[in-house]
Amino acid sequence: MAAAAAGPGRGSGPGDSPEGPDAEAPERRRKAHGMLKLYYGLSEGEAAGRPSGSDPLDPTDLNGAHFDPEVYLDKLRRECPLAQLMDSETDMVRQIRALDSDMQTLVYENYNKFISATDTIRKMKNDFRKMEDEMDRLATNMAVITDFSARISATLQDRHERITKLAGVHALLRKLQFLFELPSRLTKCVELGAYGQAVRYQGRARAVLQQYQHLPSFRAIQDDCQVITARLAQQLRQQFREGGSGAPEQAECVELLLALGEPAEELCEEFLAHARGRLEAELRSLEAELGPSPPAPDVLEFTDHGGSGFVGGLCQVASAYQELFEAQGAAGAEKLAAFARELGGRYFALVEQRLAQEQGGGDNSLLVRALDRFHRRLRAPGALLAAAGLAEAATEIVERVARERLGHHLQGLRSAFLGCLTDVRQALAAPRLAGKEGPGLAELLANVASSILSHIKASLAAVHLFTAKEVSFSNKPYFRGEFCSQGVREGLIVGFIRSMCQTAQSFCDSPGEKGGATPPALLLLLSRLCLDYETATISYILTLTDEQFLVQDQSPVTPVSTLCAEARETARRLLTHYVKVQGLVISQMLRKSVETRDWLSTLEPRNVRAVMKRVVEDTTAIDVQVGLLYEEGVRKAQSSDSSKRTFSVYSSSRQQGRYAPSYTPSAPMDTNLLSNIQKLFSERIDVFSPVEFNKVSVLTGIIKISLKTLLECVRLRTFGRFGLQQVQVDCHFLQLYLWRFVADEELVHLLLDEVVASAALRCPDPVPMEPSVVEVICERG
Amino acid sequence: PPDDLPSLLAGARALTPQTAETDAIRFLVGTQSLKYDNQIHIIDFDDENNIINKNVLLHQAGEIWHISASPADKGVLATCYNKGDFRSRRAARARWHGRPCSGTASPASLFTGPPLSCSVAWEPTGDGRRVISLADSHVLLWDLQESSSQAVLASSASLEGKGQLKFTSGRWSPHHTCTQVATANDTTIRGWDTRSMSQTYCIENAHGQLVRDLDFNPNKQYYLASCGDDCKVKFWDTRNVTEPVKSLEEHSHWVWNVRYNHSHDQLVLTGSSDSRVILSNMVSISSEPFGHLVDDEDLSDQEECRPEKSQEPPQDSVIATYDEHEDSVYAVDWSSADPWLFASLSYDGRLVINRVPRALKYHILL
Repeated sequence: MAAAAAGPGRGSGPGDSPEGPDAEAPERRRKAHGMLKLYYGLSEGEAAGRPSGSDPLDPTDLNGAHFDPEVYLDKLRRECPLAQLMDSETDMVRQIRALDSDMQTLVYENYNKFISATDTIRKMKNDFRKMEDEMDRLATNMAVITDFSARISATLQDRHERITKLAGVHALLRKLQFLFELPSRLTKCVELGAYGQAVRYQGRARAVLQQYQHLPSFRAIQDDCQVITARLAQQLRQQFREGGSGAPEQAECVELLLALGEPAEELCEEFLAHARGRLEAELRSLEAELGPSPPAPDVLEFTDHGGSGFVGGLCQVASAYQELFEAQGAAGAEKLAAFARELGGRYFALVEQRLAQEQGGGDNSLLVRALDRFHRRLRAPGALLAAAGLAEAATEIVERVARERLGHHLQGLRSAFLGCLTDVRQALAAPRLAGKEGPGLAELLANVASSILSHIKASLAAVHLFTAKEVSFSNKPYFRGEFCSQGVREGLIVGFIRSMCQTAQSFCDSPGEKGGATPPALLLLLSRLCLDYETATISYILTLTDEQFLVQDQSPVTPVSTLCAEARETARRLLTHYVKVQGLVISQMLRKSVETRDWLSTLEPRNVRAVMKRVVEDTTAIDVQVGLLYEEGVRKAQSSDSSKRTFSVYSSSRQQGRYAPSYTPSAPMDTNLLSNIQKLFSERIDVFSPVEFNKVSVLTGIIKISLKTLLECVRLRTFGRFGLQQVQVDCHFLQLYLWRFVADEELVHLLLDEVVASAALRCPDPVPMEPSVVEVICERG
Repeated sequence: PPDDLPSLLAGARALTPQTAETDAIRFLVGTQSLKYDNQIHIIDFDDENNIINKNVLLHQAGEIWHISASPADKGVLATCYNKGDFRSRRAARARWHGRPCSGTASPASLFTGPPLSCSVAWEPTGDGRRVISLADSHVLLWDLQESSSQAVLASSASLEGKGQLKFTSGRWSPHHTCTQVATANDTTIRGWDTRSMSQTYCIENAHGQLVRDLDFNPNKQYYLASCGDDCKVKFWDTRNVTEPVKSLEEHSHWVWNVRYNHSHDQLVLTGSSDSRVILSNMVSISSEPFGHLVDDEDLSDQEECRPEKSQEPPQDSVIATYDEHEDSVYAVDWSSADPWLFASLSYDGRLVINRVPRALKYHILL
């Protein structure tokens, strides 16, 4: 079956292929087949439809290309039994028959086609013969035509030459005509105002006229032209001078005039003069805005006007000038630069005037935006006119304003600080309800601290606008370096902290020491404020500043430690002054009480004098006040019942030894020695010694001052017996109540002992009171 | 090196050099005692042998608050004293009799007048006849007659104003032919013209607290030093009294005494109840602001040296702080004989005699 299917496809093949002359023929065919098979996507085996085991070279394969009948027959005969042989024979016969009939039908089918093909070929043979004749005729005709053509061109030759000549003459004539018509055309153009056209005509003709001016006719034309041109130039100048129209028109006029060969120098002078007129008008209008009479527009509007009006105008002028007078070279550029410098200078003066008005104002963002506009606007002419130095001048102005702004903020901070102080003063002076004073002081301190801090932050934020990225001048070296470090950090922040310290310190030097113009509570509060600054606030503020203004400048800045030291010193001075002031208040009380009393004729003491109670009360009040702001501090450890300490007044032997008179030159040395030794062991008391930052130290200072005053005053008086006893009572009372306030109660004892001893010395009749009686009186209050 | 004396007596606040004595170094110290007889101690200091010699005069009139020696007569001095109640305090001129080693100072002439005398000042360059005494709120100018037992009141002036006005101190200016006196009361310093006894200037609030003492610059007109309870020493130009020329705050308690050195007025001595004595070098406001001026004759030799000297700018400084005292120092003064020597007296009766440091002395002299 497989052979049958393949059969028709190879119908034409069997005739020539199997036993072809060349050995490689079947090889090639197979190759072709292979390619086809490949094309149809069939594998070798499938395409054959044969069992894959069969060998295509098998000579026994009936349908194979290498079929060998002899081998096949041999094989059949050898292998097959008879029956099978018979079968295959019949089969073979049947197949042969089928093939024969197939062949027959093919022949029949193709025969008709052969016939009609033969007919067609015959008909073609006839047609070609006819065509050959036609071609021959054509060839002869063509030869005739060629002949004719050659003859015609020969005749036309000289005509052609004449025509070309004539065309040349025509063109020349047209040019001449243009020249002759030029004067009238120019006139017309001038009349119509088409100056550009006229200048173009003139320009075209000028060279020719120049060349042929020796010919009288051309000469005439040239003269005419020159007259007209002069008129043209006149008119152009006229227009230029009237110059109402804007800069572009003017530039055009100048351009035309230049084309007309007018002297450039003169023109550029005139051009600049005109530009000056226009720009001055702008400046005048700016100046008018500056004036006090109309409500001045805000600074942003002002710089906008200046930017669009003046700077824009200047830009136009500059670019037009540079375009027009390029040929002028360095001299021309210099002229323009001078021009720009002068006018720019006036503009800057106006802007500065306006900015100066703004200095007092508070709105930084508006100012910065205005400056930004101003600076940005000037960049264009700055680039255009590098020689005029406008951009530099603008930057300078901006820097100056920034500096002034810093100064203004510093001033603002200072006055804010002073304002805070005034508030505190008022709060302190305001009448208080009893017991309400307590929380007030700490609260006031917190208020002051937070208010100053917020002011500082506000100022920093306001100043920070100058260095914002989007602001055109923020990348200038000044704003990147000096402004941040010297300006903001040093000038503003450090400056403020310093001035704060100075202001605070000035309270220590106030001449009104006696009256105490500064309320002591304010001193205390300021001292605490400075101390807080030393411990935390300064480093916080400076860190904040350094973060906000990334300081890139290498210039030396004040280190935090220096500032802290200054603040600490201020705090210390304030506190010391507080101690002095409060000590003075109590001292005055004690001094008055000693000086005004008649100690000789006083009666036997029955009570503690009121002034001593007052002293204790005041000391307690001060203790409370200081306690609000300062920590307790350290006390020297003492026995707990020290208030019960027996008052070793006077009766002790050491007093005798110490103050016993030894007038004779050979006085017994031992008594003096004794007193001196005793003194050696008690430390010298520094009355107005520097205080530490705690309550105990402050109170110790105040009490020391007060008791020393008491001592000095007592030494200046003379006491009667009861006077001495009164002093005894008073001192005992003071000791009962004052020891608890001081760091070292021994100090109080020492001073009070000395007071009593001095009183005894100043008494002609020293009979001390019994200690028990003294105690009873004191306990009675 | 300081010459430390053992304490002399108890309770003393009056000290003066013997002004008329220009050869020996001699100080007079008055005692203050209510129970015993008071004395005037005459302290002689032998500089070469470093020996102190003490003589005692009895002063039976009472305890001595202020003592002042006559500039003309070695044997005459004036004291302010009282017996018992201080309200009876009086001033008197005394003459000591007999040998100085054992004598008695008895009042030769009493300055009658208002009590509460606090200070006596002799006319610095006169013949020891004119004396100013301050009593309560009065300035009294006395004319002394050697023959008469009573001083004659030449003229007087008194303070008027509200409150109790009380003088604390007074000094006689050595300039202007001794026609000026300065006084202190409370915080105010006043200048007086002795010819008319009228006030010439007034420094209100010269100190924050009480003004304790005054002294005139002996070489520079119009210059006045003051000290007070605000622990400060201030220097004034009396022609312009709105601001002090200079202000020192070295002491830690009331300053009781201020004294210019008589020859080298840059040396200023102060004593205070913080029991310290401070010697300051106030070059910038002295009469020799650029050091000792070289005479013209010497100039030719020393032309090279001079610029070197002037390179050192004058610096005001504390030269030394003397803290040998254990109690408040109420009086300090320079010796009238040796300009490099001074004494200080504390309440416990210790008198200390010190010298100006040698280095400084040579620096000033050379």
